Amino acid sequence: MDPRLRIAAHVAGSERIEKRRLRIGFVPLADCAPLVFAKERGYFRRHGLEVELVREVSWATVRDKVAAGALDAAQMLAPMTFASALGLGGRELPLCTGHSLGLGGNAITVSEALYRRLVDANPEALIGRPVSALALRDLIERDRGAGRPPLRFGIVFPHSTHDLELRYWLASAGIDPERDLSLRVVPPPFMVQRLEEGHLDGYCVGEPWNALAADRRSGHTLITKHEIWNYSPEKVLGVSEEWIDRHPFTHRALLRALLEAAAYVDAPGHRLEVAHTIAGESFVDAPVGALHRALAAGGTGAAPVFHRNAATHPWISHAMWLLSQMLRWGYIEKPIDVRGLARRVYRPDLHREAAADVGLPAPLVDEKLEGVHGGAWVIEEATAPIAMGPDRFFDGLRFDPDRIPEYLERFAISSLRVRIDELAELN
Amino acid sequence: MKDELRVLLLDARVDRARDLARALKDAGCQVVAQLVAPVDLHATLRAVQPDLVIVDMDSPDRDTLEDMQRITSEQPRPIVMFVDESDSESIRTAVRAGVAGYVVKGASPERIRPVLEVAVARFEQFQALRNELARAQSTLAERKVIERAKGILMEKRGYSEEEAFRMLRKMAMNQGIRVAEVARHVLAAAELI
Repeated sequence: MDPRLRIAAHVAGSERIEKRRLRIGFVPLADCAPLVFAKERGYFRRHGLEVELVREVSWATVRDKVAAGALDAAQMLAPMTFASALGLGGRELPLCTGHSLGLGGNAITVSEALYRRLVDANPEALIGRPVSALALRDLIERDRGAGRPPLRFGIVFPHSTHDLELRYWLASAGIDPERDLSLRVVPPPFMVQRLEEGHLDGYCVGEPWNALAADRRSGHTLITKHEIWNYSPEKVLGVSEEWIDRHPFTHRALLRALLEAAAYVDAPGHRLEVAHTIAGESFVDAPVGALHRALAAGGTGAAPVFHRNAATHPWISHAMWLLSQMLRWGYIEKPIDVRGLARRVYRPDLHREAAADVGLPAPLVDEKLEGVHGGAWVIEEATAPIAMGPDRFFDGLRFDPDRIPEYLERFAISSLRVRIDELAELN
Repeated sequence: MKDELRVLLLDARVDRARDLARALKDAGCQVVAQLVAPVDLHATLRAVQPDLVIVDMDSPDRDTLEDMQRITSEQPRPIVMFVDESDSESIRTAVRAGVAGYVVKGASPERIRPVLEVAVARFEQFQALRNELARAQSTLAERKVIERAKGILMEKRGYSEEEAFRMLRKMAMNQGIRVAEVARHVLAAAELI
């Protein structure tokens, strides 16, 4: 018997796993890496699971299959879990996550043609980093004066981090995303093609689809997700609430395997191997070079982070920021108890249990002030101190989970559909 | 419902799409476009204006369609998905739960037609409900604006509530616009002072 298997057998509850054969969905993006490596390097097997990875090309299909039990779990966009729990745009389905698959890894890219027009409109605004959307605002105003149709930007799903990041960045420069642009959903693998064919002027998407546009000289990345909000939440492992209730030990074993896989793929020395493995057509199906560049990103922080900085911890404060933006843009039309919903969907308690099983440190707190750390810091309220990275927003704003109504009131551009006083009563 | 449904068919598998297109024609539908390669769906939908979209359960275009359902200006359309017979029962359950209808590959024309009709009917019902809700919301918002405008007139001019409302109605009649519109002008003017 493999000695590692013997160790795994000693982990509490592993003999009580309710279901050993699982089907897990993933989408062709760089941050499917922990799932791929959990399978390819045997972490799932080590924790008593036989996993089939199922490649999906639409988030709607991922959600519907998890809802119906055709998939046991799947890579999901964090805002999708809240939209499902609230029944936005469809049936209400309580989804949960006990594991964040990564931080960062998206960027906003514009076509070369649009980039040249931006330089022409306001060259100063494009100097230095992070780049503001001021040049874009100036160009939009000029276009409106000339009677030109609005610019078209691609996002990956109605309820996505991409949509919220793009809107946050645009609005900070005075662009109203509802009025001044046309936002449309395009599947990530088609973004570059649509940009090259002239159906899109820009997009916000996960890697490698920004690096690839740059490699092909058809796109120019203006700002990364990391620059918009340092080490901010991205994909999660989504499961239905009912599934966790029925398979608590299976879920725990799944998280154990993913925690170990995340630690492996996160190591800088493993990133080339990761790029080679996931570049294949059964996974991301993209050039190794673009993937490696996206995964390494020259230590700029733009590359997705899978384990460092407590990346696997589903922070309630991350969930609450995402919900604050879903309120801001009118996706949520009723006043809600933001923390209550965040705590129902995000389950840091389950993350801590699994981390303890495999001897990895985990934060003992579920919320932090976001936007207050400008550099490296250490979180002491953890099972062992954890080195953390900055969590600044590019506009310098802070997010205090205890002051959501005040936070929402300060945005000049917003499509809030609930009353602040009603929200304040619940938050 | 119109006799001939104009259908847009989205499927990456050419042979399957061809079979379904034939079955649809037999079921009295007009297949206005049949797309196998990824295209710009926004432009296509605007160009062909189908009554109904039939899409493969595993098509990457599903996210785009779902987004377009949300945006009224994009003219949402009923969507029917089709699945393979080999797909598990649970996937069919998913489709049934999430959208208006589904067609199984190889279904006979007699079975396809009712599925499409139900999908269109359910979709129209949903749209009507959505419009009604939007109307109700705007009525509520208008009532609030009128209340606030009355309050201003009562405070600044010393009118009673009834006099304030009569004043608003008179202005609306004179200008040939709605009372809520006048109330909005009153609020805007009050903000300037």
